[in-house]
Amino acid sequence: MSLEIKGITKKFGALVANDSINLKVDNSEILAILGENGAGKSTLMNVVYGLLPADSGEILIDGKKVEINSPADALAAGIGMVHQHFMLVPVFTVAENIVLGHEQTQRGLLTLTEAKTKIKKISDEFKFEIDPDALIENLPVGVQQRVEIIRALMYDAKVLILDEPTAVLTPQETDELLSMMRILKSKGTSIIFITHKLREVKAVADQIAVIRRGKVVGSVDPSTSQEELASLMVGRAVDLEVDKVNSSPGATILKIDDLNIYDGSGRVIVSNLSFDIKSGEILAIAGVQGNGQSEIARAIMNLEAHVTGSIMVDGSEILGSTVHESIKSGIAFIPESRELDGLIGSFSIAENLILNIHDIEPFAKLGQLSKSAIIDNANERVKEFDIRTQSIDDSASSLSGGNKQKVVLARELSRNVKIVVASQPTRGLDVGSIEFVHERLLAERASGRAILLISTELDEVIALADRIAVIYRGEILGIVEPSVTREKLGLMMAGVK
Amino acid sequence: MLKRFESFRKAALLPFLAFIFAFFIGGIIIALSDSEVLANIKSPGKFLTSFGAKIGNSYLAIFQGSIYDVNLARGESFFKGFYPLSDTVVNATPLILAGLAVALAFKSGLFNIGAQGQFIFGAIAASYVGFKFDLPPVLHVSLALLAGMFAAGIYGGIVGLLKAKTGAHEVIVTIMLNYIASFFLLWILKTKTFLRPGNINPIAPEVRPSAQLPLFLGKDLRIHLGIFIALVTAAVVWWLLNKSTLGFKFRAVGANSNAAKTAGISTGFVTFTTMFICGALAGLGGAVQLLGANHALSSDIGGSYGFDAITVALLGRATVLGTVLAAFLFGALQTSGLNLLSVTGTPVEIVQVIQALIVLFIATPALVKFIFRIKKDVSDKSIAAKGWNG
Repeated sequence: MSLEIKGITKKFGALVANDSINLKVDNSEILAILGENGAGKSTLMNVVYGLLPADSGEILIDGKKVEINSPADALAAGIGMVHQHFMLVPVFTVAENIVLGHEQTQRGLLTLTEAKTKIKKISDEFKFEIDPDALIENLPVGVQQRVEIIRALMYDAKVLILDEPTAVLTPQETDELLSMMRILKSKGTSIIFITHKLREVKAVADQIAVIRRGKVVGSVDPSTSQEELASLMVGRAVDLEVDKVNSSPGATILKIDDLNIYDGSGRVIVSNLSFDIKSGEILAIAGVQGNGQSEIARAIMNLEAHVTGSIMVDGSEILGSTVHESIKSGIAFIPESRELDGLIGSFSIAENLILNIHDIEPFAKLGQLSKSAIIDNANERVKEFDIRTQSIDDSASSLSGGNKQKVVLARELSRNVKIVVASQPTRGLDVGSIEFVHERLLAERASGRAILLISTELDEVIALADRIAVIYRGEILGIVEPSVTREKLGLMMAGVK
Repeated sequence: MLKRFESFRKAALLPFLAFIFAFFIGGIIIALSDSEVLANIKSPGKFLTSFGAKIGNSYLAIFQGSIYDVNLARGESFFKGFYPLSDTVVNATPLILAGLAVALAFKSGLFNIGAQGQFIFGAIAASYVGFKFDLPPVLHVSLALLAGMFAAGIYGGIVGLLKAKTGAHEVIVTIMLNYIASFFLLWILKTKTFLRPGNINPIAPEVRPSAQLPLFLGKDLRIHLGIFIALVTAAVVWWLLNKSTLGFKFRAVGANSNAAKTAGISTGFVTFTTMFICGALAGLGGAVQLLGANHALSSDIGGSYGFDAITVALLGRATVLGTVLAAFLFGALQTSGLNLLSVTGTPVEIVQVIQALIVLFIATPALVKFIFRIKKDVSDKSIAAKGWNG
């Protein structure tokens, strides 16, 4: 089945999210749509899937015009979509989630037998390895995603839209997804693959459409180099290589000794962890998500409740004190989830820029906030960190992902700090913003700060780190040099020494 | 300035429309509950005339009963016609203070159902200081007010402490403390300390004149100094929330407690402090009501102020200005009830129905938007539509 998009235009007020877009995906073909956050990729797909009405333009299936006004129309036309954020009920089983909305009944009672057989069949055909009776909440993210894909296939989707499917996946899961996409393609499914990750695009796509500011700025084939793709996407030349100069690490600033972290029920999350970081050095903790690395960052900030061992900053113990003390001792913290932990969405940019320094001079005087100091600070930070916003009074939630992260960086790095703890600092960011974060972290390194980088992105770890500690199931398997190969690092992350 | 007006318009539009719509539905209920109107049902012309007349008369009665009554001024001074307005202000005063106690908690992400209990404790403490001690006028009334605030602050603070230390949900704790406060009041009125000498009814002695809030527009009008206390307090709460570092912490925890925690703000401290201040606000409401209007502690001192306060705060969208305006509206509605009954024969309860309808429509912004065909740009964040722990 082929799907053609002709002259789709979608406006939100004055903003033209899609400007007469033309695209075509043929039978058994993978079309990658590449673009930065906010380029209009998701809007376009929501139009195709019937979630948003287009202002003009048409959608053709096998050359015939179809009217799609709702997801039900899209499904009926053979278009399935897997959203970036899964639409699954955690306490339901796989089969229950898949039949949701299409339940079959026998004498008024729900029957799942037929659905289960069908799920098994699809699962076997595409090597999905899915148990229809498993509870969603017990499944890893990558498997949950497969459930979403099966759901689309169950209703005979011939064109599958995958919206940023790899954003939530580990390197291994990503590789698995890419090979599944190839199998799907070989069996006749067309796929529209939305992403901003160049490596993945080059790995699976048959053709690549690059979207920038609502327009298709290029249709290229996968032999195009990463540099070319990136510059098409961003609209200027992008340097994908990070220029890392040799550093000369100084004195030890952060020293962690025999750290153990437990969860509320006493289960061990991290055990016997010891490492130190010197000034002017980046130590990366690499590992698949969920191996305890997030908790290490949180423990350093005194955000974890059950921790033993020692965390020394410049020779003084900070473990067991308060979050406030961690901040005061000179640690900048870039949390994993900027929306959840880094920012207050409903607060203005100016307020977010003083979130953890609101009660010290010059922002507070005798318990009263000093408006002028807060405004001055915001204007300075916005300029220095190139935060793209109409006004410092706009809410943080109105910013794009990259600009949100810039607000967090601006706040944390502008304080008088010795250590930077960056937890997944580039997750979900576009190329331009990733470049910015990387440059900034290297600048911090050059200025003599000690940096703990926690990341699941192999490329990032290899490019930035001076030493790489690989974590697996809460233990450090080994500390290696960044000259290590991707393959070796990938294996260590999977638990192979 | 324009921007500020625009944001005010956006915030006020939905409550205003909810108010209009509630009055519209309320009017229909008033008319249909009237037997005379219903008697005309067979002749459409007559029915519609009486239907319209009934609604018109009822709303006129509500206006006369709460703002200005020409009949009262007739033959007397023009000024006398404002008697209902004075009553409206008297009724609004405790609602402003108790409403702020709920609104401020909302801003910190807490649902303070306990204004009723805190209000009662404020009244008890103010009453004790008021009748027990003999002090110079200004000092006496100030001490009585402070005692009310402090006692209720502790009562609210207990909730904050329990939540911060044990995770107990403030909704459940405050509901239970409301019961305790009501029955504590009944018990204490029968004790030797509080029972008025030579009286068997559960009523405490009147507070001494030195502890009473003065009637500043003469003896004919019930309006007392409490309204100024309430308005100044509202201004202080506004400053606290929007200008102080403490208010910054409150709002941060209320808007995103995870981010607040990560920024080093102690949520336990914020929970306790908020509940202490909210208790003190509601307690001040109780103290003002006692020292300004009732003068003697009785079992009905609390009325339903603490519960109406929740409605008032919701209607005011948990903002300070909104809460003050909503308190005046509710004060007016409650004042008008008796006039409505005596002039049009409409039951007093209809006022409560209208109040309930307003809140119902506030809580369902989507419905109001649908009815008035409002486009998306109006914020539909409803506090009442927030989840259990939202």
